[in-house]
Amino acid sequence: MATMFAESALNARNKKVQGLVKTLFMLMTLLLIIPVAIILGTLVYKGGGIISIDFLFTYPTDGMTAGGIFPALLGTVWLVSVALLASVPIGIAAAIYLSEYAPDNWSTRAINLAIINLAGVPSIVHALFGVGAFVIFFGFGTSILSASLTLAIMTLPVVIVSTRESLQAVPPAFREACWNMGATRWQAIRKVVLPNAVTGILTGVILEVSRTSGETAPIMFTGAAFFLPFLPQGIFDQTMAMSLHLFVVSTQVPGVPEELPYGVALVLIAMVLLMNSLSIGFRMYLRGKKKW
Amino acid sequence: MGNTAASAEQPDNQAGIAIQTDQLNLWYGTFQALFDVNLAIRKGIITSLIGPSGCGKSTFLRSVNRINERLGYVRISGTIEVFDQNIYDQDVELIQVRKQVGMVFQRPNPLPVSIRDNILFGHRLHNKDRRYSRSEEEEILEGALQQVLLWDKVKDMLDRKATELSLEEQQKLCIARLLPVKPTVLLMDEPCSALDPKGTAAVEELIWELRGKYTILIVTHNMAQARRASEECIFMLMGKVVEHSLTEQLFVTPASRETANYIEGRYG
Repeated sequence: MATMFAESALNARNKKVQGLVKTLFMLMTLLLIIPVAIILGTLVYKGGGIISIDFLFTYPTDGMTAGGIFPALLGTVWLVSVALLASVPIGIAAAIYLSEYAPDNWSTRAINLAIINLAGVPSIVHALFGVGAFVIFFGFGTSILSASLTLAIMTLPVVIVSTRESLQAVPPAFREACWNMGATRWQAIRKVVLPNAVTGILTGVILEVSRTSGETAPIMFTGAAFFLPFLPQGIFDQTMAMSLHLFVVSTQVPGVPEELPYGVALVLIAMVLLMNSLSIGFRMYLRGKKKW
Repeated sequence: MGNTAASAEQPDNQAGIAIQTDQLNLWYGTFQALFDVNLAIRKGIITSLIGPSGCGKSTFLRSVNRINERLGYVRISGTIEVFDQNIYDQDVELIQVRKQVGMVFQRPNPLPVSIRDNILFGHRLHNKDRRYSRSEEEEILEGALQQVLLWDKVKDMLDRKATELSLEEQQKLCIARLLPVKPTVLLMDEPCSALDPKGTAAVEELIWELRGKYTILIVTHNMAQARRASEECIFMLMGKVVEHSLTEQLFVTPASRETANYIEGRYG
């Protein structure tokens, strides 16, 4: 019994196309997950066996073919922390200026363009800049300070762009509300804009942490060492680092057991994931408290 | 309410002038939005600004507390005097202007903090040197909320987020939080256009309550509102003031053809 709601031939064809398109897009999404799953799976399968408390907290031995990774692990923590200390305050300050104070004119647009371009500079170029600027010109030598500053400059655009975007996501009406009660721009920023933008700013910092801890090229010439028999005592010392250590044990040293590089890679990824999930958890907590 | 604005009821007919403009012109970039605006707005009464969209009424309102200025491309000539002081003079402190001349927006914009912190926000900004005791703050809080007829409703939920209130209550809150700063002029930019009829009536009633204590300048699209909730009325068209008279007179016997056309709904 055909009613006015019965399916027509055109409906049937449209439905078929719609089904096909949906399946195709879903497959693309799956495709995206496969490499991640394979990487994690392989690392855990091949490197999981070597992970132990000893592996994390002892020095490499036997020409780096045995022993642990403690100096590299600690070195990466040093590098990331110093880089964050440098880039977060500068990045946030610059983003606040660009978003809240800068007039919309050609010089502001030029600065914005420069920031986008800075994000596109290859990391090896940053490395060479770091050697020229920090190691030689400022005379910091090959040190944690030089390496971290190089990393900081490399990740600065990420912090600036994400901070600026989260500042601009705060409704302009909040600022107007403050100004109308006679608040200065800074009072409005400090009391209303920043508290409401903090989750977004945090996202930028998370991204920076992930990127900083994995970078190899920028630290290779500026402060990271092949092997050091001691831990760094301060920011003017050289240090080992996870990313460079992975490169070294994978390609530069003969006779390394297969599981060692996999173990190093697994720890490096675990560090990043742990940092990320901590920050994401914190972000969700803050977002839950916010409402408008 | 049902009040038509009646000059006879004016308690203080000889009252001074609160806002006076002289040959005020305003440009957004190359576009001129206001042409030779000369207005004298009387102290302590409610004056409404009507006119079709784009006639410059909001622009005028926004230049009275210089909130327009954050747009870098706004240019002004002429003067706006608030209590005989040109607010565009070199030695005028913007913060003081904003304290004297508060503004209420079309969409209620409470800050995403508690009701208490919203009300005390302005007060705390301007009284940094001296710590106010809890009880003094409570007094200010209650005073402001009483004035906007919101106290009874929110007195048990002062620490709840202001954004949880209904739109009508939010708008009242936005008026209330201006009061602790002790303004003399309140600017309202279509304060009821986001509200339902019941909310509109409540906020209008509140505005009517506040007359006498503050000089109120209100922009509205709603002719009925202008008619029942204001004492003097200004009709603007294409950036110019066409007519400024007692509300009743403007609606009953408009002096200009354009005013008549507009209030009869022939355009706008």
